[in-house]
Amino acid sequence: MSSGKTVSFWISRGEGDRTEFKEYSTTITEGMVVLDAVHQIQAESAPDLACRWNCKAGKCGSCSAEVNGKPALMCMTRMNDLDLSQPVSIEPMKAFPRIRDLVTDVSWNYAVKERIKKFNPRAPDSPDGTWRMQQADVERAQEFRKCIECFLCQDVCHVLREHGRHDRFGGPRHFVYTAALEMHPLDTENRLKGLKDTDGIGYCNITKCCTKVCPEHITITDNAIIPLKERVADEFYDPLTKLFRIFKPKREPRR
Amino acid sequence: MEQGSSYTSHKHDVLVIGAGGAGLRASIEASACGAKVGLVCKSLLGKAHTVMAEGGVAAALGNVDDRDNWRVHFSDTMRGGQYLNNWRMAELHAKEAPDRVRELEKWGALMDRTPDGRILQRNFGGHRYPRLAHVGDRTGLEMIRTLQDHGIHQGLDVFMEYTVLELIKDGDRVVGALGYDRERGRFHVFQANAIVLATGGIGRAYKITSNSWEYTGDGHALAYLAGADLADMEFIQFHPTGMVWPPSVKGILVTEGVRGEGGVLRNSQGKRFMFDDIPDLYKDQTADNEEEGWRYVTGDKDARRPPELLTRDHVARCIVNETKSGRGSPHGGVFLDISWVKEKIKDSEAHIRKKLPSMYHQFKELAGIDITKEPMEVGPTTHYIMGGIRVDGDTQMSTVPGLFAAGECASGLHGANRLGGNSLSDLLVFGKRAGEHAAAFATEHGEGDIDANVIGAAIDESLAPFEREGDENPYQLQYELQDLMQDHVGIVRNEADMMKGVAGVRELEERAKKARVDGHREFNPGWHTALDLRNLLIVSEAIARSALDRTESRGGHFREDFPAKDEGQANHNTVVRRSSEGSMNVSRQQIAAMSDELIDIIKEMG
Ligand SMILES: Cc1cc2nc3c(=O)[nH]c(=O)nc-3n(C[C@H](O)[C@H](O)[C@H](O)COP(=O)(O)OP(=O)(O)OC[C@H]3O[C@@H](n4cnc5c(N)ncnc54)[C@H](O)[C@@H]3O)c2cc1C
Ligand code: SF4
Ligand code: SF4
Ligand code: FES
Repeated sequence: MSSGKTVSFWISRGEGDRTEFKEYSTTITEGMVVLDAVHQIQAESAPDLACRWNCKAGKCGSCSAEVNGKPALMCMTRMNDLDLSQPVSIEPMKAFPRIRDLVTDVSWNYAVKERIKKFNPRAPDSPDGTWRMQQADVERAQEFRKCIECFLCQDVCHVLREHGRHDRFGGPRHFVYTAALEMHPLDTENRLKGLKDTDGIGYCNITKCCTKVCPEHITITDNAIIPLKERVADEFYDPLTKLFRIFKPKREPRR
Repeated sequence: MEQGSSYTSHKHDVLVIGAGGAGLRASIEASACGAKVGLVCKSLLGKAHTVMAEGGVAAALGNVDDRDNWRVHFSDTMRGGQYLNNWRMAELHAKEAPDRVRELEKWGALMDRTPDGRILQRNFGGHRYPRLAHVGDRTGLEMIRTLQDHGIHQGLDVFMEYTVLELIKDGDRVVGALGYDRERGRFHVFQANAIVLATGGIGRAYKITSNSWEYTGDGHALAYLAGADLADMEFIQFHPTGMVWPPSVKGILVTEGVRGEGGVLRNSQGKRFMFDDIPDLYKDQTADNEEEGWRYVTGDKDARRPPELLTRDHVARCIVNETKSGRGSPHGGVFLDISWVKEKIKDSEAHIRKKLPSMYHQFKELAGIDITKEPMEVGPTTHYIMGGIRVDGDTQMSTVPGLFAAGECASGLHGANRLGGNSLSDLLVFGKRAGEHAAAFATEHGEGDIDANVIGAAIDESLAPFEREGDENPYQLQYELQDLMQDHVGIVRNEADMMKGVAGVRELEERAKKARVDGHREFNPGWHTALDLRNLLIVSEAIARSALDRTESRGGHFREDFPAKDEGQANHNTVVRRSSEGSMNVSRQQIAAMSDELIDIIKEMG
């Protein structure tokens, strides 16, 4: 990309229902990401433009937004990967109420997580109070623990985004969270009832949109949701699905 | 203006300011001691700086090398800190870190494993044995998430996206804090019998930094304004390996884990320059040839570590030396190469991606570089401040009663230079201690009185940027301060530059009084930036003045006008305190004599 190119942006601004796209332009130099452009616009022409960020390196999951309509981390979206012949649009996530400009109220996610039963380890394996786990056994849950809580998967999931079922559906992030607990080699809790009733895993019809946007490349649907769905089916509906189970349960479910 | 200067009141036994590793650990402990705990943080829960830590958490578990124990960890920490450490803290840290790390496992952390199923440990600079428990290169994420997910079930009152502006005192004692919420810009008064500061560092005082917007030295400044001592503020860690290109990512950290896994530093001539300058203090622990260095990183217990794993201050200066001597890389750094291990191991590309997944990702996406195939370009970046609020080693209480501090905003453990991995363990060990002692203090002392006039005045002051006539742009002032500190109080220092630094800070202080912001109070980053300026200016001045006072070079503090260590300055900490007239005083505080047991350990470990 030639350095010092002027690019225009359409940034969605405002609060609640009073929102509009405003046009800004700024100079883009080599290697810049969308978040850099937003910061530059803040410093040059829109000092009160609200956005979240922390790490600028894809590690904290703060800067989630929709760039040209695509849910993405602004700090990991390079300007030279975008079509710059037209204004670049930046909007907040749509599945959550807007606070201001690019900042949305994601507190619902924190409330959902809190109601999921917490980690509950088996008794230590060794008299010194420690456990033994093989690397191969921790890896499955480690995949889910890479989650940076950017909530982009929640943003694209139609159950939340289009149907607004926040009251009965926990969303892919929380299936990943539950999977991390359920597949933790030491955990002894059973979360299947919550998954079925409060978190409504049945509403997921495996469109895999969540997997596609995950910046951590967590295979949300195949590795977390489908196995959980099977466990739920197993426990509550059809004993036959036991035959098709992808993995062995690590213990007999507690009743 | 909407809502004017009204505020909402909250009451807790213990108020914890900051929700990184230190703040979360403190909250969990205080709550476990029966205290009602309020936890305030500037970002959402789980986004604090701790989430960015990569390499690992240091604890002498001895899982990989059973010669390791707390005594070795203690002596490594003291040597790294050039013996300016608070030795009591170094002792407690080395002794308690293993339990604190194992406790994380009890709360659900899933760290990488040894073949026999225990917690795996890796090599890191300045640690004699493989000591860093880790999860790939996302250890901080594992740690903060574990604490967060455990903490949310502990009955904490969490105030996310709230910023504390002022501590409130009743006589000598701290009894509360004033803050605002970012969402609505409303004011809140938190009454508390004890307060724990866990606000992290000061990186935003510099232009090139691995730190986020949160690191404006708030805790340092709040404590200073409340009359607490700051110590060792001259000691800043410039991490040797930050990204240098493209410009917009300049400063973002490249974990030391790259070198721990065998990455080597080369100059433009392809030379491993680190072999040319090995300090005497480390000569007998450092490999003198490439082969031995490689054997060390692959776990040969008889090999000594490669010079790339010398302490950070030293490696950073060697890099500056290469670039200044015209042997740098095209974008002003040097080369860090991990791809060369293909000469040594089969399937090296998969190996690198497995060991350093987020580094692979970071370079691929941000710089278009595949680290399994080509070298990275790296240079020093402002990373960590060893200095901070002076605390009692056992209780973490500052010199102001009821005010505690833990984590990066406290000083003591690291002395003149921090070893990698010693921060995450610091957060756990001293976060726990601060929480415990704050809870005890709260029970013993009960409530204090909050003076409404003080609050009113502080609120008026924070609203002034909306009302004044001035024409200064707060972002611009922050940029200018960052340039000033980078150029005048950076890695290589001298008196004339630093005097300019102090004068520059003073000038910016005057201009900051004219900073003006537009818009309204709801989530207005311009306003937040204007409010942060005061804190940044205070810590910048404290850094510059402390650095002027230490007329020698030691650890993270290097002066070209006094390039050698001075034994005469080996026994004091530089202390900054606010005088009753409001000016900044610098003094030297003698370090207390070490216990005989600890002296023997240091002698024995050489
Ligand atoms: C990129 C990177 C990699 C690192 N890797 C390692 C590593 O591998 N090993 C290691 O040991 N160390 C590492 N470190 C250092 C270590 O991560 C930090 O020193 C440590 O996480 C600091 O933790 P803390 O709890 O003190 O503060 P933080 O985690 O930074 O938390 C500070 C908290 O205080 C809050 N806060 C600040 N000011 C206010 C205010 N005014 N009002 C309300 N809240 C406030 C913030 O919102 C935040 O919640 C790394 C650092 C960086 C930047
Ligand atoms: S796969 Fe399920 S959870 Fe994921 S986006 Fe589709 S419906 Fe939502
Ligand atoms: S699962 Fe992926 S997309 Fe969803 S919150 Fe976590 S990191 Fe983000
Ligand atoms: S700023 Fe942390 S993920 Fe973008």
